[in-house]
Amino acid sequence: MSEDGAGVPSAVAAGSQDQGGTGRTLYLEIFRYNPADPDSEPQFRTYPLEETPGMTLFIALNLIREEQEPGLQFDFVCRAGICGSCGMLINGRPGLACRTLTASMEPRIRLAPLPVFELIGDLSVNTGKWMRGMSERLQTWVPATVDADIDSIEAPMEPELAEQIYELERCIECGCCIAGCGTAIMHERFAGAVGLNKVARFRLDPRDTRSDGNYYELIGDDDGIFGCMSLMGCQDVCPKSLPLQTQLAYLRRKMLRAGLIATG
Amino acid sequence: MKVLHSDVLVIGGGLAGLRTAIGARRRGMEVSILSLVPPKRSHSAAAQGGMQASLANSIKGFGDSEDVHFADTVRGSDWGADQAVVRMFVHMAPKAVRELAHWGVPWNRVKAGPHPVVINGEPVTLQEPPSAHGLITARNFGGTAKWRTCYVSDGTGHSMLYNVSDQAIAANIPVHERMEAVALIHDGRRCYGAIVRNLMTGELLAHTARATCIATGGFGRIYRVSTNAVINEGMGAAIALETGVATLSNMEAVQFHPTGIFPAGILVTEGCRGDGGLLLDGRGHRFMPDYEPEKAELASRDVVSRHMEYHIRKGHGAETRFGQHLWLDIRLLGEDHINHKLREVKEICQYFLGIDPVHELIPVRPAQHYSMGGVRTDALGQSPQLAGLFACGEAACWDIHGFNRLGGNSVAETVVAGMIVGEAIADYCQSEAGQCAIDSALVNDCYRRQREEIAGLLASSGPERAGDLVRAMQDTMTTHVGIYRDGPGLTEAVRTLAELLARSRDLGLHCRAPGANPELVLAWRLPRMLKLALCVAQGALNREESRGAHSRVDFPRRDDSRWLKRTLARWPTGARQPELSYEALDVMAMELPPGWRGYGERDHVHHPDTARREAEVAAVRQRCTDASARQEALMPYAHLLPERYRRENERFEPPGEGEQ
Ligand code: SF4
Ligand code: SF4
Ligand code: FES
Repeated sequence: MSEDGAGVPSAVAAGSQDQGGTGRTLYLEIFRYNPADPDSEPQFRTYPLEETPGMTLFIALNLIREEQEPGLQFDFVCRAGICGSCGMLINGRPGLACRTLTASMEPRIRLAPLPVFELIGDLSVNTGKWMRGMSERLQTWVPATVDADIDSIEAPMEPELAEQIYELERCIECGCCIAGCGTAIMHERFAGAVGLNKVARFRLDPRDTRSDGNYYELIGDDDGIFGCMSLMGCQDVCPKSLPLQTQLAYLRRKMLRAGLIATG
Repeated sequence: MKVLHSDVLVIGGGLAGLRTAIGARRRGMEVSILSLVPPKRSHSAAAQGGMQASLANSIKGFGDSEDVHFADTVRGSDWGADQAVVRMFVHMAPKAVRELAHWGVPWNRVKAGPHPVVINGEPVTLQEPPSAHGLITARNFGGTAKWRTCYVSDGTGHSMLYNVSDQAIAANIPVHERMEAVALIHDGRRCYGAIVRNLMTGELLAHTARATCIATGGFGRIYRVSTNAVINEGMGAAIALETGVATLSNMEAVQFHPTGIFPAGILVTEGCRGDGGLLLDGRGHRFMPDYEPEKAELASRDVVSRHMEYHIRKGHGAETRFGQHLWLDIRLLGEDHINHKLREVKEICQYFLGIDPVHELIPVRPAQHYSMGGVRTDALGQSPQLAGLFACGEAACWDIHGFNRLGGNSVAETVVAGMIVGEAIADYCQSEAGQCAIDSALVNDCYRRQREEIAGLLASSGPERAGDLVRAMQDTMTTHVGIYRDGPGLTEAVRTLAELLARSRDLGLHCRAPGANPELVLAWRLPRMLKLALCVAQGALNREESRGAHSRVDFPRRDDSRWLKRTLARWPTGARQPELSYEALDVMAMELPPGWRGYGERDHVHHPDTARREAEVAAVRQRCTDASARQEALMPYAHLLPERYRRENERFEPPGEGEQ
C-alpha cells in the first residue's frame, strides 16, 4: 500500500466496509515484472475484483494485494491526491491512481507503470531519483544566505505575487507530465514540464536573485526549453491543472531573448 | 555486510528530519538522511492549514506575542506540556517562519484596506492598515486567542516541505530513498547508527553514525480510521522501543481531528473552521455553540471532536449507508475564498466525494490524526537513556503538546525542533561525548539479528496472515482506544493486542520473491506496530483521569492531584508487555500553574501545590516589571536555546487609534 512496499489494509477498511457491492465485477489488467527476480518476465495479468461503492484504484489495488497477489508492487503515500506518489498509466493515460474512481471507468482497467522512469517493480517507478537529478541540474532552490536575518521583520511581498508563486509551486512532482511528453521519452536529460515550471516559479520569486542569463545557462538548450515541442501533452495530464502551456511559452520567449543577449 | 558511515544519520525525510539535517550540515557535519519515500512525498506535505507563529502582522493578530502563544499552547495541552520547552518553541516560531520566507515559502501576505471575513457565522469587514501591507498574514485556528496561523493557501505543509527539501538538495545532503531503518545499533548506553533495509532490492546494510536522529512522524496507522498517510506506522518510535532502553512517553495521548471526510478519513483542514466554516448536524442545526458558547467550532480539537461524537451518539448525526456523520459547511465563505484559500479542500471534495463545497455540505467525522506521544527526549532532543540518540517532530515527545496539540503547532514544531536539534547534534558531535569508536562486533551482532529475523519470516509457514492481524489491531484501536475510552474497553483492548502479538509469531508468508516484497515488509512491521499499540492502550488503561485528548468516561475529570505526570513506556527485551513508569510535572516550576483551559470541562481536581504556585507567580508578576527579569524569576528557558537563536523577535508596531 505504501510507496515503501508494505500493505496495511486500514484505508481499505475505512473506505469500503459493510456496504455491499455495486454489482459490477472489475477486471484489472496489471503490468507485472520484478527486475530483482531472474524468473520474472514482463507481462500483463488480469485480476477480477468485486467493485464497491466509492472504490478508488487505491482501494482496488490494495484489495488485490491482500487477497490475490501479496507481492504486487505499487506506490501510495497520502491516498489523497497531494503527494504525487501514485502516478501510473491508467488505460494508457498518466494519472493519479489514488483519486481515480473505478466507477468512472469501464470494467476492464489496464494499469501500467509510468514510462521514462526507472522501473522498481510492477507499477512502482523511481520518480524520486529522476526528480532529484532534475533539481540538481536546474538548481531548483532559492540561493539562500546562510546567516539570513530571522529576528527582524520580514521583507514585504505583494500579496498577489505570493499567490502567483504558490500557483506554480503546487506541482507535486508526480511525473505524469514526463510520461505524457514525447521529448522526455526520447531525451533522458530533458527537464520536462515539471522542471521548466520550477524554473518559471523561481524566476518569479524576488528572493531568487538569479538573472535570465543565469537561467539561460541552465535551460537554454535542447535539454531545456528548446527541447519542448509545445504539443502540450503535459498540460492535458497534469493532475494539479498547472498553467504549463502559458509558463512554457513565456519561458521560451524570455530565454530566446536571454540567448540573443548572451550571443551578442 | 555493507557498512556506510556519517557523522549524523537522520531517519526520516519529512520537515523535521530535513531541517535537522540542514542545521547539522551547516555546522560542518557529514549528514545522511534515510527516507521510506522520496522526501517530498512525506506526510508533512499533508499539513494544509498553516503554522503558528506570533508575528502579529494582521489586525486580528495585533497584540499577539510569545506570551499569548505560550499560554494558548499550555492550555491546549491541558497542562501536560513541558512549559520550558513550550517557551523555547514559541520563541523560535517567528524565526522559523522568517527563515522559511528567506528560503522561498510564499506565505500569504497582508493586503492593506478592507477585506471581508466570516466570524462566528457572520460576515465582517476587517480593515488592515497600509503599513502592514505585504507582511506575512495569519488565519484563525482553534484554541488560540489571536489569529496566529501563517499559511500558504491550504498547501502550507506542501510549500514548506518543497522549499526545505530543495534547500537540503542545495546543501548537497544525500537522501537514501526507500530505505527503512530496521534496528538501532546500541550497547545499552549509546546509539551508533542503524541497520537499514533497502525497500527496492531487499538488501540489508549497516549505517553507523556518531549521532542518530529519529524523525519518522506519527503512528496513526495503528488505527483503522486515520487522516495519516499510509507510511505513518511509527517505525521510528518502534525501533527506539525495541532497544529495551529508550523510553516513549505519553503514548496514550492521541489526537482525533474533527474534520476527516466521511468515510475515507482524508483530512480537510482546520482552516475551514478557522476561516468561518460551521459544523451542522443531521438536521442542519449548528450545534457547537450549544456545547461551547464562547469558542464554538474553534475550541481545541480534542474538545470539538468529543462534542461531535457525543452529538452523534445522542442520535443527531446524518445517516448514510456507511454509518453516521456530521456536516462541515463552508458555503458561507464564498466561491472566491474557497478557490484561493481552500483549494486543496475543494479538490479533495471533488475527487473523493464528487461534490462542490461552494454549494454543498461536506460529510465529516472525527478521525485519528496526530500522535502527541513518541520518543522521549530532553529539551535539546536527546534521549535521556541512550546517548547519541535524538528525536524530533511528531516522532518525538519533546513535549510541547502534552495531551492535546493545537492546530498549526505541528508543522511549526517540525521546523523549530529541527533548528534546535540540528544545533544540539552538531554540539554533541563536537563534544567529548560525541567522539566514539564503533565496535564492529556490536554492528555485526545487530546486523545478524535482523538478517535472521527476516530470513525467518521469509521461511515462515505458520497459519497467520499479517494483513488479518493488522486489521484486527486497527479495529481494536478504533473501537476501544478512540475518542471515548473506559476501563472495560481498554482492558479488552490490551488483552486482544497481547493476543495478536502472540499470534504474530505464527505468520506464514505467501510471497517469497526477492526484492521489494511488500508482504515481508508488513510482516516485519506488524509486531512492532502491536507493541506501540500496547503502549497506547496500556497507558490509557492506567491513566484514570481525563486530560486533553485522553478521555475516560469512567474518570471524566482531570485529576492534577494524581495524574499531573508524564507516562514513560519501556519494553524490556523479551517482555510480553511494556513497563510503564511516571515522571511528575513540577507545579512549583510552572510559569502557568494548572487551571481552566477557557473551553471544555471546567471541573478538575487540583494539585496540592497549585494554590501556592499561583500566589508565587502573582507575587513575581507584581515585583518584576522588566520582562526578562520576570521570566528569569518565573521560569528561565533562554539558557536552553542554542546561542544563535537567543535574540528577541522584532514585531510590527500597529498604528495607534486614528492613524490608519
Ligand atoms: S509541451 Fe513540451 S514539455 Fe509539454 S509535453 Fe510537449 S514537449 Fe513535453
Ligand atoms: S507539472 Fe503537473 S504533471 Fe508535472 S509533475 Fe508537476 S503536478 Fe505532476
Ligand atoms: S498517493 Fe499521494 S497522490 Fe496518490
